[in-house]
Amino acid sequence: MIEDLLQSSPGLMNFGIFFLLAVVLLLVVLGFVTYAILAERKVLGYMQARHGPNQLGGKWGLLQTVADVLKLLIKEDVIPKAADRPLFIIAPIIAFTPAFMVLATIPFTDKFQFADIGVGLLYYIAVSGMTVFGMVLGGWASNNKYALLGGMRAGAQMISYEIPLVMSVLGVILLTGSLNLTDIVLQQEHGWFILYQPIAFIVFFIASIAELNRTPFDLPESENELVAGYFVEYSGFRWAFFMLTEYVYMFAMSSLITVIFLGGWLPPLDILGFIPGAVWFAIKFCIVVFVYMWLRATLPRFRIDRLMEFAWKVLFPVALANIFLTALIKTLFF
Amino acid sequence: MIRTEEMLLNVGPQHPSTHGVFRLVVKIDGEIITEATPVIGYLHRGTEKLAENLQYTQIIPYTDRMDYLSAMTNNYVICHAVETMMGIQVPERADFLRVMAMELGRIASHLVAWGTYILDLGATSPFIYAFRDREMIINMLNELSGARLTFNYMRVGGVKWDAPEGWVDGVREFVPYLREQLKGYHNLVSGNEIFLDRVKGVGVYSKEDAINYSLSGPNLRSTGVKWDLRKDEPYSIYDRFDFNIVTRDEGDCLARYHVRLEEIEESLKILEQACEQFPAEGEIMAKVPKIIKAPKGEAFVRIESPRGEIGCYISSDGKKEPYRLKFRRPSFYNLQILPKLLVGENIANLIAILGAVDIVLGEVDG
Repeated sequence: MIEDLLQSSPGLMNFGIFFLLAVVLLLVVLGFVTYAILAERKVLGYMQARHGPNQLGGKWGLLQTVADVLKLLIKEDVIPKAADRPLFIIAPIIAFTPAFMVLATIPFTDKFQFADIGVGLLYYIAVSGMTVFGMVLGGWASNNKYALLGGMRAGAQMISYEIPLVMSVLGVILLTGSLNLTDIVLQQEHGWFILYQPIAFIVFFIASIAELNRTPFDLPESENELVAGYFVEYSGFRWAFFMLTEYVYMFAMSSLITVIFLGGWLPPLDILGFIPGAVWFAIKFCIVVFVYMWLRATLPRFRIDRLMEFAWKVLFPVALANIFLTALIKTLFF
Repeated sequence: MIRTEEMLLNVGPQHPSTHGVFRLVVKIDGEIITEATPVIGYLHRGTEKLAENLQYTQIIPYTDRMDYLSAMTNNYVICHAVETMMGIQVPERADFLRVMAMELGRIASHLVAWGTYILDLGATSPFIYAFRDREMIINMLNELSGARLTFNYMRVGGVKWDAPEGWVDGVREFVPYLREQLKGYHNLVSGNEIFLDRVKGVGVYSKEDAINYSLSGPNLRSTGVKWDLRKDEPYSIYDRFDFNIVTRDEGDCLARYHVRLEEIEESLKILEQACEQFPAEGEIMAKVPKIIKAPKGEAFVRIESPRGEIGCYISSDGKKEPYRLKFRRPSFYNLQILPKLLVGENIANLIAILGAVDIVLGEVDG
């Protein structure tokens, strides 16, 4: 259906359909963010011998995040006097827009995808790289020393980890010969790439945590050192924008891992094919999200200099070796 | 050329990792510290001056508020000082209760130190596990004294309340429980590569430095100095128990971490033996006059608190109030080495080093 739409000439009708679908996806993503935050608090709670939110909205605190967002909305909008006003206002938006833009290329099922472009993977990585501007600008514009340190850390970290992230995916690209995400999924029919590219998966997963700024790589905001890092001066809904960015990226990154390494919407066994692809996608996606939360409950934080060393001295060479190995095997045996 | 300049950064007094209202003014070049100046006094209440107008029993609640993580040792040091001056012999049962309360307090304090230290390094879960186990200790001390934090439990000549029925059994059951938990803690944190990376070889000082800066407690023992007042100058009934002085030779943050965790195990040993030897009956208060008047003269006693040597000096002119009272507060002394340690480190190490000192601001500021 969407393929036909994509091929058809632009008109008011299909613009309307696309707009509607985009709104639907937006609502799905926002719904995910709402309940991902709740789920994270619940998972952390149970891992830490406590309950997590359990008052608002019935038994499981289902409305807790809604109430939190409401509170952020009605909060006073504070802009520090010494801050660079235009930059301060625009920074959260710069951080947050690419987070939604990357969702366009992700194939959720074989039918549900917004932009089936040839270089989907490249598009994702290129666009997601823009978020770091928002963080650095936010840190700089706040005119706060902690925010500045946090912003600088964010810049250094995101740029360093983008490289192993891309390099690790190259192995997969060598196998598929395509940057198109749908192609990548379809080539996994006889085995997921997590089996063929385990090294790439590990490198990609670690780098993805760093890209998401989550524990153990949450240095840009490292609460115990920099108080809150680059968004220390932000409050109310501007702060919520940064938070939203973080969780939308978690959504996007988990989807991407599902697509590249876990076979997207494909069932693990052919016999299980009667279950719709969307369900498989959701299950795999939830497992990835859970692992992110699990890691957050377990690990302490890296130190900034070690973080850089780890990216350049460990992940980068390993990713390169993986490319070499993949190329070698492909030339010799296939 | 790019022009760079040093930046003055205020860490605290409101900062998540300064463990209270401690302020540190650091000069940083990028993220590297070139100078660090601790600023203290935000929690100063003038305990020592206030004590000059208070009767000895009235001073005890003030000591609760000094090192609020192990108030029992503070209670003990003031009572011990007055008892030394007056030559009071404390009944055996009271001594057992005191030692058990102090060792429970030591475990609770080290648990908090452990949990908050890992929290400073960015992991949230151990903090909550530590507080869960500490809660059990707090409940036990609550049964004993009726308070959860500021116990006001000990009196000159003994303790205020006898142990309620079944209390000793509760302690006896707690010992194997915590031993089991400690194994889990080691599994979770002690071998973690990221954790080791953060603490190994960080904040190293030598044996000589430690002694010159008058460090005590785990901060001293982490450099290999075998000095624990419970063994070296036994007070109360510590000479009856079999336990070891935990030392490490490295003198870094990891050594301090391990010393604290192993001291919990040694304290559990003491508790176990104390439960065995606990006298079935006996007085909990010695015969003391209604109004306590320390004889003319002066006395200084020191004991081993979780943070180091806590000392109490009393100068009395024979009245019911002390003429002058002075506490040697270990956190205050342990903090002195900080400016020396911090130069050349980065902000992340600042937090790791400060956390490993394990300060309590109530004690630093007095």
